[in-house]
Amino acid sequence: MKIEVRGLDAYFRSTHALRSVSLGVPANTVLAIIGPSGCGKSTFVRCINRMHELVPGARQTGQIFVDGKDLHARGVDPVDLRRRVGMVFQRPNPFPTMSIYDNVVAGLRLNGIGGDHAELVEKSLRQAALWDEVKDRLHTSALSLSGGQQQRLCIARALAIGPEVMLMDEPASALDPIATAKIEELIRELRQQLTIVIVTHNMQQAARVSDHTAFFYMGELIEHGETEQIFTNPREPRTEDYVTGKFG
Amino acid sequence: MGEVAARHAEPSGGRSSRTNLPDRAWAVSLTVFGAAVLVVAGVIVGALWFVAAPAVKTLGLWNFVGSRQWDVTRDLYGALPFIYGTLVTSAVALIIALPVSVGLAVFLTEMAPARLRVVVSFPISLLAGIPSVVYGLWGLFVLVPLLRKPIEPWLARTHFPLFSGAPIGLGYLAAGVILAIMILPTITTISIEVLRTVPGSLREAALALGATRWEAIRIAVLPYSRAGIVGATILGLGRALGETMAVTMVIGNSPTISASLFAPGYSLPAVIANEFAEASGSLQTGALAALGLILFAVTLLLNVIARLLVRVSQKGPARVAA
Ligand SMILES: Nc1ncnc2c1ncn2[C@@H]1O[C@H](COP(=O)(O)OP(=O)(O)OP(=O)(O)O)[C@@H](O)[C@H]1O
Ligand SMILES: [Mg+2]
Repeated sequence: MKIEVRGLDAYFRSTHALRSVSLGVPANTVLAIIGPSGCGKSTFVRCINRMHELVPGARQTGQIFVDGKDLHARGVDPVDLRRRVGMVFQRPNPFPTMSIYDNVVAGLRLNGIGGDHAELVEKSLRQAALWDEVKDRLHTSALSLSGGQQQRLCIARALAIGPEVMLMDEPASALDPIATAKIEELIRELRQQLTIVIVTHNMQQAARVSDHTAFFYMGELIEHGETEQIFTNPREPRTEDYVTGKFG
Repeated sequence: MGEVAARHAEPSGGRSSRTNLPDRAWAVSLTVFGAAVLVVAGVIVGALWFVAAPAVKTLGLWNFVGSRQWDVTRDLYGALPFIYGTLVTSAVALIIALPVSVGLAVFLTEMAPARLRVVVSFPISLLAGIPSVVYGLWGLFVLVPLLRKPIEPWLARTHFPLFSGAPIGLGYLAAGVILAIMILPTITTISIEVLRTVPGSLREAALALGATRWEAIRIAVLPYSRAGIVGATILGLGRALGETMAVTMVIGNSPTISASLFAPGYSLPAVIANEFAEASGSLQTGALAALGLILFAVTLLLNVIARLLVRVSQKGPARVAA
């Protein structure tokens, strides 16, 4: 297992956002997280790169292992962890004071890798299906991009540091069908090299890109299994209701 | 009144601005008020100019601005020592206050627990309200003796030309330090407000890329706040340039120019305040009014330069918005 979660509980002050969640993600697979709004999907992925604990008043108990190593073991530096476990946030958050180019290389510069990154920038932007739209204005402000373009820029920025695990929180929520298809293609392609956890509200998307699917409801992991099984033959009635669109 | 106008304007949703009376009334009254401010500024400059012009004409503009002699008994009026003193003390104040204020603001917003921020930032904002004569007294009784005894002799050992000569305490350094303390609350308080507007998602973006806390501040928080911090600095600088009482109490009031910060000097507002009441003759009165105009010009010029600096270095939100 690349990622192993055991008995994870997460809180925001008095809100109990995740209740004893346990699941594993094998290396080079894609896990889709589905569930109604507010069920704890974002909280779950934010625990995996230790972003959750940065929220004032947030707490968590239980264990998460990446490559068999407990994230909260002594000597695990969250800064190192986040370089290996990349993240695309639910809302696009490019650096507004930087150009498109500088956004993509921001992570590399942090890691002290200087020099000319033109090739890597092109590769990352191509992977994120943004290259053709921005190749002539790489040095203009990232804020000059549309919302969907900004989201793809954030994907490129996360890819550029070459993570082992990629957490994607609704990466296609602001994208048109063509860009969405490209991102889904990217996810299938990336699976060769890395392990992906993707949050999505789009059932078809989950079915298309993931190997496993986890259904969350009110902070609980209701069902987790092969994607095919979850969508065709769910064990839990609540899962069935959700994937068939009866609620949520 | 603005709210009323806006509320009227919205539901009617008037496409044509001609029919939208409240909006128009609002725009017109704002324009009038804006123009009034300019008129008042113009009247002040005009009045000063009226008093100053004959004296400047007699003395000769360049002779007045460029001369370092100010001797009322010999009718010698040169503005340079005061311009120099104002610029030097304000520069010293900024060099001390800017890093401390921004550092403090960053610490309080980014690192300290929320409770500490409240506990510390409230008294800091109170400092901004202390009358300047109190700062001056504190300078005379506490700062100047401290400078005279351990600090200036100790600085002198660096053999840096700025720190040379007799450590008398009164002088540019004392005035600069007092000004730094006076503008520190302004810059800190505004910088805190500016830093608090930085969206949390930007910090998270940096942290998720493997930034340390400090790196997130450097690549995400500070660039986003730069324009606001420069604005805070301009306000602080404005106060330093115009400060009269505290400066005159500790600068030594000597119309001379010295390279050493230990030496006594004078500043534009200080000399105007000290000499205007007893000015003998229209030449001295005119020269003092001209110093007032110079102070006005210096303040304006530094403001414009600072704004241009932001404009030039700005790649961020402001430029996109503009
Ligand atoms: N910063 C926060 N402070 C307090 N409560 C929070 C915070 N963020 C999330 N919560 C709460 O935690 C619960 C889980 O939120 P989370 O963001 O994980 O939901 P989600 O499944 O990602 O929803 P969505 O599909 O709308 O993005 C919700 O009840 C939410 O109100
Ligand atoms: Mg979410």
